[in-house]
Amino acid sequence: MTALLQARGLVRCYAGQKSLFTKPSLVRAVDGVDLTLNPGETLGIVGESGSGKSTLGRMLLGIDAPTEGQVLFDGQPMPALHSAPWRALRAQMQFVYQDPLAALDRRLTIARQIGEPLEIHGLATGAELAERVAELMAQVGLRQDQGARYPHELSGGQRQRVIIARALATSPRLLVCDEPVSALDVSIQAQVVNLLRDLQERHGIAMVFISHDLKVVRNICDRVAVMYLGRIVEEASSDQIFAQPEHPYTQALVSSVPVPGKRLQGRILLKGEPPNPAQRPAGCAFHPRCAAALQICAQSVPPLQPTAPARRAACHLLDASHAGQAA
Amino acid sequence: MTAQATNITAAPSLVRRLRIRVPLLVAFGLAWLGLMVFTAVFADLIRPYDVTQMDLSARLVGPLSPGHLLGTDELGRDVLSRLIQSIRVSLAIAFGATLLSAFFGTTLGFLAAQFRGVVEHLILVLADFQAALPFLILSLAVLAFFGSSMVLLVGLMGFYGWERYARISRGLAISAGAQGYASAVVQLGAKPSRVYLRHILPNVASTLIVSMTLTFPEIILMESGLSFLGLGVQPPESSLGNMVGFGREYLTRAPWIMLGPAFVIMMTTLSISLVGDWLRDKLDPTIR
Amino acid sequence: MLNYFVTRLFRAVLTILLVMTFAFVVLRLSGDPASILLGPDAPTDSIAAFRARWGLDDPLWKQYLAYLKSIAQLDFGVSMRDRSPAIDLVLERVPATLALTVPTLLIQLGVGIPAGVYAALHRESVADRGVIMLSIFGFTIPSFVMGLVLVLVFAVTLGWLPSGGQDSWQHAILPIATMSVGGIGILARFSRSAMIEVMGQPYIRTAMAKGLSWRDVVWKHALPNASVPIVTIVGFMVGSLIAGAVVVESIFSWPGIGRLLIVSVSNRDLAVVQCLLLVIASAMVIANLCVDFAYGLLDPRLRAKAAAH
Repeated sequence: MTALLQARGLVRCYAGQKSLFTKPSLVRAVDGVDLTLNPGETLGIVGESGSGKSTLGRMLLGIDAPTEGQVLFDGQPMPALHSAPWRALRAQMQFVYQDPLAALDRRLTIARQIGEPLEIHGLATGAELAERVAELMAQVGLRQDQGARYPHELSGGQRQRVIIARALATSPRLLVCDEPVSALDVSIQAQVVNLLRDLQERHGIAMVFISHDLKVVRNICDRVAVMYLGRIVEEASSDQIFAQPEHPYTQALVSSVPVPGKRLQGRILLKGEPPNPAQRPAGCAFHPRCAAALQICAQSVPPLQPTAPARRAACHLLDASHAGQAA
Repeated sequence: MTAQATNITAAPSLVRRLRIRVPLLVAFGLAWLGLMVFTAVFADLIRPYDVTQMDLSARLVGPLSPGHLLGTDELGRDVLSRLIQSIRVSLAIAFGATLLSAFFGTTLGFLAAQFRGVVEHLILVLADFQAALPFLILSLAVLAFFGSSMVLLVGLMGFYGWERYARISRGLAISAGAQGYASAVVQLGAKPSRVYLRHILPNVASTLIVSMTLTFPEIILMESGLSFLGLGVQPPESSLGNMVGFGREYLTRAPWIMLGPAFVIMMTTLSISLVGDWLRDKLDPTIR
Repeated sequence: MLNYFVTRLFRAVLTILLVMTFAFVVLRLSGDPASILLGPDAPTDSIAAFRARWGLDDPLWKQYLAYLKSIAQLDFGVSMRDRSPAIDLVLERVPATLALTVPTLLIQLGVGIPAGVYAALHRESVADRGVIMLSIFGFTIPSFVMGLVLVLVFAVTLGWLPSGGQDSWQHAILPIATMSVGGIGILARFSRSAMIEVMGQPYIRTAMAKGLSWRDVVWKHALPNASVPIVTIVGFMVGSLIAGAVVVESIFSWPGIGRLLIVSVSNRDLAVVQCLLLVIASAMVIANLCVDFAYGLLDPRLRAKAAAH
């Protein structure tokens, strides 16, 4: 099976503080990421704010150009940003936003907006368009009479359903969801996550699900990649990562997820400053906050390497040659 | 840049205080503007005399005299008829110029938002240039070099105030494109033309219309100023400013020639300011 | 901060260059500069000399450079009317215009700002409403109407003041009064809204809450903060002052540069018009530069930026 989406050595730099007298410092928001996504698969990307997960998501979708590296969709390199082939490719891949109100035009009815991708890509017109919009609205659980409403007349959850319906309009093969539920009430979050999972399973869409919230990711993803300061530190199947996290950072994250019926035990509290991409520590970026850090951690960057079948992690502790020092 | 924009647009909304006490003022402004538009459209029908029709036996007749409600001028031409025709000419010039400047400015603003970088700098330099010369002086210079004609006059006035639209449309387009609905539509695969015309333009329209109510009276004042100085609308055509300009010579003997059009200019700019202020509150609370 | 000033200075120079280029392009577009600048009835040998000196047979870019060079030497050509250098004609009119604009600006600042601040501090009072009313009037009455009405009342009807000319200080009263009205209205309105905005800020409430006297709150906290937007507006006003001078000098037959401009435009005396264009643009650019610098000195955020470097 060929991969639907492949990322090779993705790097994204932003210019930091700039002035006439000092050279602009480059902030590497994403710093060398390799990823593969198979058709119909769901990949979760987890990390704190500032870990570069949203930037990575935008590059995977092709709406931000990587500074270095390449994204292959269907084995083909991503066309140049905003070119005609790039626009045509949008029908195949869609985005679900964190803030649905900001992503909707407040002057158009939601039916018009759900149908817009079909108009743009010339997929349906007239009665066919109306029919398809009605179908999409039914799929995401919106009432037909809500089609004549404007975005501000709907609730947060309903708006996110509109975004999802619009994203599904062209029957895309890839959906990137950037924190799709973090702006919603907790009671609504589960509904939207379940809706996304149902739709993903029914249509066999591949999905990248970006979140800072492990609970949500666990609920929906086949595979999870954990990011820290622009790099993937661990990648494994969802079950493995929750049962047996390998990287100390993942362990800390997993330990903070409450499990129903149990007291939170052995919770690892991270010390030190939250990560700042402008000031990346030398060596392993996580070492200043890591309880088990070795000498080598401050000196060299641990490579992301296989630790088991379909499993990767980047930590010196997992390397047999250093394991002795840990004791 | 945006801070300045809010400052400039904020000022006239002081009228608000007044209006809460006397909402009649807005109604009055609307009524006056309605009357002006009616006059301009049906000028040919309601004009009692021809504009150039002279009656040398009835020169400098005072107002309220039989047959000449507002009196006659030095050639015995009916002042009311000339006033009606002038309203039409002045409003037509101001209206055309306002639309032109809105179109020009908005287009430049969108171009700046779309291309940023060099285009943005060019537009800034252009705005600097315009800020370095009072518009009246610039217009006078151009009219000196090319002579005065109606087309040139409207075209020239059409450059008045473009930077205001450019600033507003650029700012709003950039903020829509950075995070909001515009970037979402781009992501759906829409061409820039669709993004700007179908999405951004309707969203900024109310703000632009409000800006037009600021530019419109200023253009009326500018045109009447130029015409007053004898360099705008040329005889035999007449405009409000040029009536005042010619009436000035008879200030002592026949002040009514000049007072009528002066009154109309004042009332019209005042009405547009009042109505524009009210529109600003109604249409676009964000502009303040 | 140095950065800020250097950028402003660079933009000012660029703007003046742009105005010169504008004058050059428009001059070339409107016909043969030799006959325009020297007049149609100039003798052929002086036209030939002019063409040779300005290099009118050279390629355009060379002409442009020659043009810039002659302007740098303050050579703007000669007036069609009396064959004297345009620059001399313009410079001899400048004092008369300054005699109107400087007192006008002082009156506008001295009346407009206090009126606006007073209105802001006494909102909803009779004085506040009066200031609003007057400022609307100031904005809607065109200066030429204002001038003529003043002439009608004070010169024609009452006979207190002369209606035109420049023979005594009484002659300056009506022109200055005419020019002042609009600016006072604009300044009062801006000062009022700037002050109201500042007075609504949390730091003012804090200053009042900590028991500072009303006087100290206004003088030490509110006014310095409100002064920043007001200074910006003063920059705009210099432009309207010059434009106002054109109209007012024409009404009152005041022999300043405004009247010279109107006369030159009517006679198509282009050498003088071009010279006036550059002199006015330079004055405006310098005024805006002063405002920018004052702005930079007044705004502590820009000062802080400078310290960070």
